[in-house]
Amino acid sequence: MLRIENLRASVDGKEILKGLSLEVPAGEVHAIMGPNGAGKSTLSYVLTGRAGYEVTAGTATLDGEDLLALAPDERAARGVFLSFQYPLEIPGVPALTFLRTALNAQRRARGEAEITAPEFLKLARAKAAALKIDFDMLKRALNVGFSGGEKKRMEILQMAMLSPRFLILDETDSGLDIDALRIVSEGVNALRSPERAMLMITHYQRLLDYIKPDRVHVLAGGRIVASGGPELAHELEREGYERYEAAA
Amino acid sequence: MNLAAAIRERNAAELPSKRDEDWRWTDLRGLIRTAPEPSQPFTGQLPPGPFDALAEDWRVLINGGEATVDVPARTEAVEALRFVARGAGSHVASATIRVGANARLLLLESYESDGASLALASLTLALEPGAVVERIVLTADHEDAVSVSQAEVTLSPTAGFSQTLVAGGARRQRLETRVLHPGGSAELRLDGIYLLAGKRHSDQTSIVTHAGTDGLTVQLAKGVVRDQARGVFQGRIVVEEGADRTDARMGHHALILSDRAEVDAKPELEIYADDVACAHGNTVGALDEDALFYARQRGIPEDEARALLTEAFVGEVVDRIGHEGAREIVRAWVAQGLRD
Repeated sequence: MLRIENLRASVDGKEILKGLSLEVPAGEVHAIMGPNGAGKSTLSYVLTGRAGYEVTAGTATLDGEDLLALAPDERAARGVFLSFQYPLEIPGVPALTFLRTALNAQRRARGEAEITAPEFLKLARAKAAALKIDFDMLKRALNVGFSGGEKKRMEILQMAMLSPRFLILDETDSGLDIDALRIVSEGVNALRSPERAMLMITHYQRLLDYIKPDRVHVLAGGRIVASGGPELAHELEREGYERYEAAA
Repeated sequence: MNLAAAIRERNAAELPSKRDEDWRWTDLRGLIRTAPEPSQPFTGQLPPGPFDALAEDWRVLINGGEATVDVPARTEAVEALRFVARGAGSHVASATIRVGANARLLLLESYESDGASLALASLTLALEPGAVVERIVLTADHEDAVSVSQAEVTLSPTAGFSQTLVAGGARRQRLETRVLHPGGSAELRLDGIYLLAGKRHSDQTSIVTHAGTDGLTVQLAKGVVRDQARGVFQGRIVVEEGADRTDARMGHHALILSDRAEVDAKPELEIYADDVACAHGNTVGALDEDALFYARQRGIPEDEARALLTEAFVGEVVDRIGHEGAREIVRAWVAQGLRD
């Protein structure tokens, strides 16, 4: 599925990723943990093609296709989805309009027929209900005036509607209370499948109690410095990142 | 000498210039060295007007002329008022609109030109107590045209006047609105949109004078400029001494989509009363790159994402149009204007 080799990337001329390598096979959920400033969010933006994140070396491929050569929307149409740590507010665009535009753009890019309005509304109602989102909220401008928890739920709703193949969850648990965390985690877990893979970026171990990873990686100093099973997350929670920061 | 006289007498030296404070961003004297010949009567066929489908009555002023619209008390009317310039001459047109007590008028006004004309339209609008007017102005001016509209609006207490200017610009275009606001629970909304491309220019200037207590004014103008276009917004709200409990809010926000486009804005509040609630906000900037990336990450291609966000930006003004049919015509005009 996703294969990253020796990836180097800079922001404003400062190198943040310094030779990162990582492989996430289809069907697996991997967690990336690391201290603040390690490059976690940079990795998510490099994989999704945000402007200002310059790749200076290395490769990133999805099922063998060079991701880095594609525009952000082309990557999305290939199935790459980023759940933002801080979802953007889109004034004046109702959430439903935004989602339908996105879904149809992806379908067109893949050579599929556009979704009809009734089909779309039916899908949106079902997915919103599963995430306990009031359907009327989808008629409001996307994320404008939404609480932190509501924005995160909207990210998961978009994910469920767009049905991506490769999911990046950037600090998805931040700003969520326990109830919201459970709902969001159920939403994410419902998307686990043999055809999909996920990369969870998190500072804390808490989220991993709800979304159990197959592998855990430690990102420090712009590289993966340790990898292991779920037990690695518990070790980090106990002992902190200091050891790895020193190594990096 | 006023502008009408300067045009009638073909006296280019008397056209407003950048030395006139109110015209400093819309300099006509520096642009027009020789006033064009007077416009000739036009006998050909006109294309349909933008509001033909909605109006119940039509006034079409081609290359000048005068019109009077009287809406008797307690009646309702939907009037189309077309100011049309054919050819490259100069002319002055005028319209007088009187709206009786508790009458309602939907005024659908358009400016249409097809060449390097120099045209002035002078309007006076008087609203009796309880009269409610919604004025929608759409421009379809030629890129070589110079087009000025000057409207004087006099409100009575408890009247309501709502306006939405929708401008596509011209070589020079100015839509000027002056409102005498008596307070007395009269309500005023002065909104505007400008979408400018190429070398087009559009100026929305308004002066509202609150002369009595308990008046309400809200104003929201939004513009999008591309290429080498230039948008001008001048909004002045004067609250005279004793006009207490005036509530006035003004906002102007513009998107500049290219390095060579320009927006000049001057929001002004002049307050001589003590007990008022007044506010103004003014922003000029580029499209939010973060929002753009967010939309693209969801799979929306760049051009489509830009159009979506820009349309939404302007949509806030469109949504405030009260009449549904007019609102949809303006919405379609905006969508088309952003695609061209």
